[in-house]
Amino acid sequence: MALLEAKKLTMTFGGLMAVDSVSFNIEQGEILGLIGPNGAGKTTCFNLLTGIYQPTSGEILFKGENLRGYKTYEVTKKGIARTFQNIRLFGAMTVLENVLIGQHCRTKTGLFGAITRLGSVKKEEENAREKAEELLKFVGLLEKKNEKAKNLPYGEQRRLEIARALATDPELLLLDEPAAGMNPQETNDLIDLIKQIRQMGKTILLIEHDMKLVMGICDRIVVLDYGKKIADGTPKEIRENSRVIKAYLGDPD
Amino acid sequence: MQVLVLVFINIILAISLNLVTGFTGQLSLGHAAFMGIGAYTSAILTLKASIPFLPALLLGGILAAIFGVIIGIPTLRLKGDYLAIATLGFGEILKIIELNLKITGGTVGLRGIRQETNIWVVSVAVVITIFIIYRIMKSRVGRSFIAIREDEVAAEAMGIDTAKYKVLAFAVAAFFAGIAGGLFAHFYRYINPNSFGFSRSIEILSMVVLGGMGKISGSIVGAAVLTAAPELLRSISAYRQLIYGILLVVMMIVRPEGILGDVDVKIPIQRKLEKLLNKNS
Amino acid sequence: MFFQQLINGITLGSTYALIALGYTMVYGVLKLINFAHGEIYMFGAFVGMIMVTTFRLSIIPAFIISMLLSSLLGMGIEMIAYRPLRKSTRITALISAIGVSIFLQNLGILIMGPATRPFPRSIRSYYVNLGAIKIDILQIIILIVSIILMVALHLLVKNTKVGKAMRATALDKDAAYLMGINVNRIITITFAIGSALGAAAGVLIGLYFNSVSPLMGSMPGLKGFVAAVLGGIGNIPGAMLGGVILGVIETLGAAYISSAYRDAIAFAVLIIILLVKPSGIMGVNVREKV
Repeated sequence: MALLEAKKLTMTFGGLMAVDSVSFNIEQGEILGLIGPNGAGKTTCFNLLTGIYQPTSGEILFKGENLRGYKTYEVTKKGIARTFQNIRLFGAMTVLENVLIGQHCRTKTGLFGAITRLGSVKKEEENAREKAEELLKFVGLLEKKNEKAKNLPYGEQRRLEIARALATDPELLLLDEPAAGMNPQETNDLIDLIKQIRQMGKTILLIEHDMKLVMGICDRIVVLDYGKKIADGTPKEIRENSRVIKAYLGDPD
Repeated sequence: MQVLVLVFINIILAISLNLVTGFTGQLSLGHAAFMGIGAYTSAILTLKASIPFLPALLLGGILAAIFGVIIGIPTLRLKGDYLAIATLGFGEILKIIELNLKITGGTVGLRGIRQETNIWVVSVAVVITIFIIYRIMKSRVGRSFIAIREDEVAAEAMGIDTAKYKVLAFAVAAFFAGIAGGLFAHFYRYINPNSFGFSRSIEILSMVVLGGMGKISGSIVGAAVLTAAPELLRSISAYRQLIYGILLVVMMIVRPEGILGDVDVKIPIQRKLEKLLNKNS
Repeated sequence: MFFQQLINGITLGSTYALIALGYTMVYGVLKLINFAHGEIYMFGAFVGMIMVTTFRLSIIPAFIISMLLSSLLGMGIEMIAYRPLRKSTRITALISAIGVSIFLQNLGILIMGPATRPFPRSIRSYYVNLGAIKIDILQIIILIVSIILMVALHLLVKNTKVGKAMRATALDKDAAYLMGINVNRIITITFAIGSALGAAAGVLIGLYFNSVSPLMGSMPGLKGFVAAVLGGIGNIPGAMLGGVILGVIETLGAAYISSAYRDAIAFAVLIIILLVKPSGIMGVNVREKV
């Protein structure tokens, strides 16, 4: 069974078909690329998968369970986490606190616990901090843990978003243009990071315009154009697909 | 001494509003209404049901918190300025109800409330309030509040049930405002609906803004300055509201982070206090 | 009785509509609830009253001077209290607007005293009798003046270059700027027009109820806002419709339910509309971009 199955997903805004009957599977442990020209419906797909939008029709099965009706925070708890195209960190909070927030759905302290700070609560907080520091070390931001997120340079903010998403302990990680705005060196580091995340046993779906990155690390690629899926295959197949070439370069006629 | 009692009551009000507006980012213009619920509830209980002060005070806080939830749930769907207006509307509706009910004494209000609040009672209440709010803010719950302020969409995507936490912030803030109201009623021994209207809400907001939104120490300073100044400088007390108005505009333009500045100033005593607060109880 | 109340409601509602237009126009271009709008309405009423009493002007020049001075006030408020906050969060600008409102209200109390003053009735009393219904000529004048102003505004926004620039600014400030629109000037004009309409409402209501006071702006100001939300904020015909509907609901509610809860009715309407259809009667739902 695929980890996630999208079946005939459709999303309309007013009269506009942002996503039109798109189906694809994500297999356990793979890196799937989602590409397409601007406005093809990629980010809308992400918003559908994470419950920010409810699809107009079609369904999403995650580990066999239909996600219809679940709110975003519930989807996160079920094991799908994401980053955002236009970085959405908690700017005034420290780097460490951002990652702690990521662990929200895996921790339990409530109002009463917060006030009394009993042993179990302290223990939970300590564990969360330890785990957050581990994740920061993993993305190379440990020395900056006490800086405010908004003061980090762009590339580091993207990495922090990934650490924060990983903190939710997801099975499926959605990355929305993780290399956007990065220089070639940063992009290479990012490729290594994504490969390491896969080795941790995570499944990854990524939207990306950087073809070197997409072709370099994806096992499989789904191509959208005007809300429709026009291709689905290995990087090699996609590169040679005439419809994809046409969508990107225009019709030679 | 009378000024100090008022300062302490206002500190409780400012810190509790700060929880909703400063930390959670939800502008509330009806905070005085929760104070009013606490004041009326506790006063009616001590006056007409002869219930002892402390349980009456707590019940006032609890009823205010229940109203916080009632108001919080429907307004959750609203953002920013709409929420602000809706809270203002709820506040005004409550005031109008208080003006028209028999049990609240209508426009005349309630007289002859027992004198129960003194400097010791309010001191304890302030310390407990600071302790509880401080601990909440330094926990998973408090972090969630701040995350909602910073970016609600991202907070939701990180697994935070933003609706639940917003209601929680409203409820906790309303509880403490209700306690402050009860203390107020049993100090002045007389209350009427006008004590809990829009201008009181603005007064509390001014304290929060002056001290800096999202800073507990700021609310303490803001409440102390704005309460003590007009009491001590009688000459400016006539211009009180005028000054609040100027203050709100000038602070937003010149120093939106509050008089204490962007860095949370840590005076030595505060460090010790924090150590104490962080210690396991 | 019912028709009498209906007509009273429409009269009141048309002034709410005039106030609502100021809110809706400013909200359209700045996404800011101009909290001080109620105080501009109060200022307009005072200017009109002073022109008639102290300067012994007749009502029409008093009306026009009031609108002109109020538009200056509106422009001044925008420049001092809102423009420096253009890039800040909306909550910051809103707090500043509340500050301006409180400031002006208390300045009014300081200068004019807290008491209510009469607005001399400078129009001859005349009643139109339609069967059992008695309509004050003033009601008819209020209605006609409101309609003229609203139609003029509508034509201005729909057909003139300034109006087009306003609509462009409302849709996307940055794009409008790139297209060569002087956005600051458009915002200034928006405040000027909105404030002039608010002042018109102030004078009309001052005349109608024969009173002005520094506190007169806060409730009608809020109700004007409620009317704008009810009609669909940012939507000019919506503001007119919302104003009239609110005026009618309030008047009928006060007459048939309880006059003690008169002011609560408007807020109840607000909360219901925000919960049921926050985009208002004529507004469109806008989705937040993620």
